[in-house]
Amino acid sequence: MEKSLNWREFFITRLIKASGYSAILFVALIFFFLMREGLPTLGEVELSSLLGSRWYPIEDYFGILPLITGSIIITFGAALIAVPFGIGTAIYISEIAPRWMREILKPLVELLGGLPSVVLGFLGFLVLAPFLRVFLDLPTGLTALAGSLLLGGIAVPTVVSVAEDALDAVPRAYREGAWALGATRWQTIWRVTLPAAKSGVLTAVMLGIGRAIGETMTVMMVTGNAPVLAIKLGSIFSPVRTMTATIAAEMGEVANGSTHYHVLFFIGMVLFLISMGVNIAASSVVFRAKKRAERILS
Amino acid sequence: MKRTVAILLLSILFLTSCGPASSSETASDSPAVYIENKGSDTIVNLALAWAEKYQSDHPNIRISVTGGGSGTGIASLVNGTVDIANASRQIKPEEIDDAKSNGIEPVEHMIARDAIAVIVNPENPVHELTLQQISDIYSGKIANWQEVGGEDRPIVRLSRETNSGTHVYFLETVLRLGSKEDKTLFSTDTLLLPSSEGIIAEVRQNPNAIGYDGLGYVPKDLKTIAIAEQEGGAYVLPSIPTVNDKTYPIARDLYMYTDGEPSGVIKEYLDWILSLEAQEIVAELGFVPVK
Repeated sequence: MEKSLNWREFFITRLIKASGYSAILFVALIFFFLMREGLPTLGEVELSSLLGSRWYPIEDYFGILPLITGSIIITFGAALIAVPFGIGTAIYISEIAPRWMREILKPLVELLGGLPSVVLGFLGFLVLAPFLRVFLDLPTGLTALAGSLLLGGIAVPTVVSVAEDALDAVPRAYREGAWALGATRWQTIWRVTLPAAKSGVLTAVMLGIGRAIGETMTVMMVTGNAPVLAIKLGSIFSPVRTMTATIAAEMGEVANGSTHYHVLFFIGMVLFLISMGVNIAASSVVFRAKKRAERILS
Repeated sequence: MKRTVAILLLSILFLTSCGPASSSETASDSPAVYIENKGSDTIVNLALAWAEKYQSDHPNIRISVTGGGSGTGIASLVNGTVDIANASRQIKPEEIDDAKSNGIEPVEHMIARDAIAVIVNPENPVHELTLQQISDIYSGKIANWQEVGGEDRPIVRLSRETNSGTHVYFLETVLRLGSKEDKTLFSTDTLLLPSSEGIIAEVRQNPNAIGYDGLGYVPKDLKTIAIAEQEGGAYVLPSIPTVNDKTYPIARDLYMYTDGEPSGVIKEYLDWILSLEAQEIVAELGFVPVK
């Protein structure tokens, strides 16, 4: 009996360890694959034309700047919507809402998070875009703005559910301490609970942004996919083409191993590096905040 | 514990051994012959209609039709995954080279004709344009409807994605007016929509928009533009007679490609497609029959 227990223990710990390491392995393999398929680009396309402002792959114009700026402007717009709304909703659910309200709101938000993005894209194309065109008097409603609004909506549930968990994890004693000192409810939320849950809330924001930058189907349907260099302030009202939509729209057609194929993987690499950069920035902020908290407490 | 492992192993063995056996059984039970048909989104509705009719007359033949674009269809033929590739353009020399290096010999069959209609919102007063004007609109030289006799509205250009055969055909025939040296490109702010339905939906609700699509796909509630090849020439609306007598300038042939000269069921199918019965379906779907 003793022996079989040991054997089982040994087996299970190894299994758990292996599944932990497998995450690292998979990321490494994906990155290796992207590098293998994407790096030949640098030998086939000159850097100056790769950083050009014209994307028209069937005539060998491989300027990826319009695609990068397109992705950035849409993600930025989505973050502007998702962060305040997401954190606000999380605060309401965890701090203010009465119990029965919380029990309705939480599953609803999670349901919203499970909505297939193609459905949102369809609604965006048929309802939101025509509305924006008439309401803002734009030439067309298929713009970065429509993409940002929908992506913001897609990212909100992610932000809400992670941020709400973080706020919920703040010990009740913190709030009681603040109230005992005569702080109002708002002061408690803003000065005590939110700072205490900072690292979790930041993670929520990063996950939300990650969700937005990687979203494909919705943006492909509502942003018009015109590879315009989006660097002006008004670019939010013009059509844009994102990196994800480009890969999705063109990958099906390219010949295996052609320059176009390599450039599409190169775009995938850029996308991977951007989301890795966002993650590293976020975790370094969280890490620093933790260090500071430890210093104060000691 | 050991027993569970043994049972698990046994069941895996059992499952893996019975998988292929059962599938081969079903294949031998029915004498169905499968034809894989893939490619141009322009042709997909036509190919589906043909396949449906043909299958109802020949119950032992199963034809699977998928779209994806001419490039996708030809790429699948090159990879040897389809029997017939549909294309709304002729195969490119590079694609023939790729095919040959895979041991595949693409053979061309002209199966129907298609005209590209230029469409605008019914509210738009413009009803005729020259090829040169359409080229200037799409290249960005003309940016307001006023310049071609319409209202003071910005022009929103709609196009199919670059992997669509219709896109390439429109680029060569309209933007570059058929000249090989011409390197005119689509204006960068041209909206590239992933489907025909996308273009039609946007033109239907946006009075600023101009789009193009296969004649077979244009619904009656949109306005089709009459086109003149030259300034001062006759403006012609696309229709079956004007495409066949070649007065309508934006028309093209549609193709199916097979690996080598077709034989057996595929040959019978392709022969049937050129028959009077099948070509009637072509006309019904808004395309132009070969005969």
